[in-house]
Amino acid sequence: MAEPRTQRSLLSRVLATVLAILVLGGVLVAGSIWLNGRQAARQSYDRLLMGAASDIAESIRIQEGVPVTDLPVSAFELLAQAPEDRVYYAVFGPRGQILTGIDPALRVTPPARGGSSVRFFDEVLDGEPARFVQVTRRFVERDFSGPVDIVVGQTLRARKAMTRDLMLDALLPMAVAGIVLMLLASLVIRSALRPLEALVDDLSGRDPYDLTPMPADRLPRELQVMLGAMNRFMGRLDGQVEAMRNLISDTAHQLRTPVAAIRVQAETAAAEPEGETRSRALDRLLVRSRSLGNLLDQLLSRALVVHRTDSVPRAPVDLREIALEIMERDDQSVLAPEAELRLVIGEDPVLMRGDAFSLGEAGRNLLGNALRHGVQPVSIGAERRGKDAVLWVQDSGAGPDDTIVDRLGDRFNRDNASREQSTGIGLSIVSSVAAAFGGRVEMTRQPDGFRAALVFPAEEAGQ
Amino acid sequence: MIRRWLTALTLALITAAPLTAQEATARFGTGTTEVLLRSTTDIAIITPVIDRFVALNPDLSIMYEQWGSNALFDRSREDCRNGTEPADAILSSAVQQMVWLVNAACAAPYRSPNTTALPPSRRWRDEVWGVTTEPAVIAYNRQLLSGAEVPRNRFALLDALRERPALFRNRIATYDIAESGLGFLFAYSDSLEATTFGALLEGFARVDAVATCCSAEIIDGVAQGRYLIAYNVLGSYVVAADEPDVGIIYPEDYTLLLSRAFMIPKGAAQGRIAARLLDFLLTAEAQALLRQTGLVTDLDPAETGLAVSARRTIPLSPAILVARDANRQQLLFRFWSDTFQRAELP
Repeated sequence: MAEPRTQRSLLSRVLATVLAILVLGGVLVAGSIWLNGRQAARQSYDRLLMGAASDIAESIRIQEGVPVTDLPVSAFELLAQAPEDRVYYAVFGPRGQILTGIDPALRVTPPARGGSSVRFFDEVLDGEPARFVQVTRRFVERDFSGPVDIVVGQTLRARKAMTRDLMLDALLPMAVAGIVLMLLASLVIRSALRPLEALVDDLSGRDPYDLTPMPADRLPRELQVMLGAMNRFMGRLDGQVEAMRNLISDTAHQLRTPVAAIRVQAETAAAEPEGETRSRALDRLLVRSRSLGNLLDQLLSRALVVHRTDSVPRAPVDLREIALEIMERDDQSVLAPEAELRLVIGEDPVLMRGDAFSLGEAGRNLLGNALRHGVQPVSIGAERRGKDAVLWVQDSGAGPDDTIVDRLGDRFNRDNASREQSTGIGLSIVSSVAAAFGGRVEMTRQPDGFRAALVFPAEEAGQ
Repeated sequence: MIRRWLTALTLALITAAPLTAQEATARFGTGTTEVLLRSTTDIAIITPVIDRFVALNPDLSIMYEQWGSNALFDRSREDCRNGTEPADAILSSAVQQMVWLVNAACAAPYRSPNTTALPPSRRWRDEVWGVTTEPAVIAYNRQLLSGAEVPRNRFALLDALRERPALFRNRIATYDIAESGLGFLFAYSDSLEATTFGALLEGFARVDAVATCCSAEIIDGVAQGRYLIAYNVLGSYVVAADEPDVGIIYPEDYTLLLSRAFMIPKGAAQGRIAARLLDFLLTAEAQALLRQTGLVTDLDPAETGLAVSARRTIPLSPAILVARDANRQQLLFRFWSDTFQRAELP
């Protein structure tokens, strides 16, 4: 037994996916914004550092052979653009000796001396990460020549704040847009799912015995496919139920009279003490019960045919084989042992899509009718006629009356006038099979007799 | 050998000196929790406000140590570098040293509504706060200078020096910037206002102005009439001296304002209580108490004749670090002594 799981709704699934996409996109964009913001903050504050260092470099004068820094306040005003950051500055002589600085005990030097006169580097200032720039100014004076290095640094608070502000400025509208998108998505999905909800309402409010098709108009195409499938399914179900109901009512209807007759015959036979009358009653009883057996066969056969036409997949069938098989089974020898039968088939296969068993039953019924009611000789055959595949049975007589021909195929045409061994059920099998495989029944008077034919759309050979 | 021994002795003296450099100590309150406050402020001046603080917090006792500003700075820097136990709070008038300590990551941050209400020039990084308002004033002798003769700004002072050099000869006093850290800070701040500073120094030199070290001596000299005018004296000392003959001028062109810097050293044992003390110092009550002893001056334009635009608060910002730069100090010292020498030559 599977764990009972709460099924998530389509809406929540789609929304979760949309949210996931938005969040993923948001994270990517946020990362990119953060990188850009950090880059922007780094560049702008690096320029300030650079400006401060240049200011200090400009203020250096050579006095009595010694570089002296007249430290400008303007340099610190530049650095004060990052008002909360601690600062560092130092001026180094050519031999690396410190000339002046914020703290002679604290020495921050770039990792290695490079060729460029301006170098930025990251270093730690009193336990806090900081950004530094080294600017080198070269003096060529009478009493002093050589490079003087100015190192200016600053902690990163303002940079971080700027990065954060830039990111928030960009992210807030994005977050708002994301929320609006989610709302819109939710609305759109809701409206897209509304037909489905209506369908669900319709279904759940439906009478369980109501198998009529559901209205599919005004539904989106995707749902129409589903609804079409469902309607087809309901139709098949309806057919099955109908067939079952028919079977039961047919069986009841068909069996009531013969069974009553058999009972009467049996009672008569039991009441007759003597041989002559009794044996006649027994003969009739025998005929009646044989007839009842046939009737049962036909009823079951019809039920089977109806069932199979609904449920068995169609396969290509060669109607010649059906005809041949009917001949070979030789059932008709029971009906008319002395009958003259002919098989008329050609060289080419006569293909159609259907169920061989049902077709066999239909053909056998046609043949049975011909033998029973027609004039011998009787022919059975299959042929290709244009786009049609035809299975036919022909006797040499004139055929039944037109009134009977018109009513052929009805289930209950076994009126009181007709006899028990009637054409009724047999022909209804024939017309059911014809209808099931998209064909029709043709009754035609030919010059040489009466032909009953099953006409189906042909299946091209080799397909 | 002997020389090496001498060097060692000197080193020992130098390193030992800061440890014993406090000038005076006092204990306020009788509470069990001891808080160490090191300050450059005279005990007598600070007493009322600290008394009130321990009265409000009877569980505390404040150990108050009065230090010289340089000794206090050296000691605090050593504590910060070596990780030895620092004072719980430091209050110093040498604001450039305090800013240096903050810049060297020696301070602990603190934020409260009181501290954030301070203007930006009176706090930096939420690690150092200016708790007082003390103008640099011109003090004069009321008996010897009549109201009309009193220069109300630097230009008037320059004119007076130029017009009556005989009157002012040897009778102008100011801080010796080499001796007094506060004097240097004021001179440095003046030097940023370059227009008058050079002329003023030359004027002082021409009349043989006296550069001396100490506020008390200068104010005393003005009171006794030895000096007619004392330039750039800290107003709070003049108020505290309470000499009836000493008048105060807030220079109308601009008046420098010093705000003593309060700092909580990183790793202070009683940092929370130090923060409480800071919050108290910024309350209206404590400011009123400070006003009585002159540490806060009410610069109401109606009373002092000083426009708001003429106030120059010495800012608690890294820019003040320029004042501590060795080269910059040398240049200022040289300019100072050159000016005075040139004046003596003719």
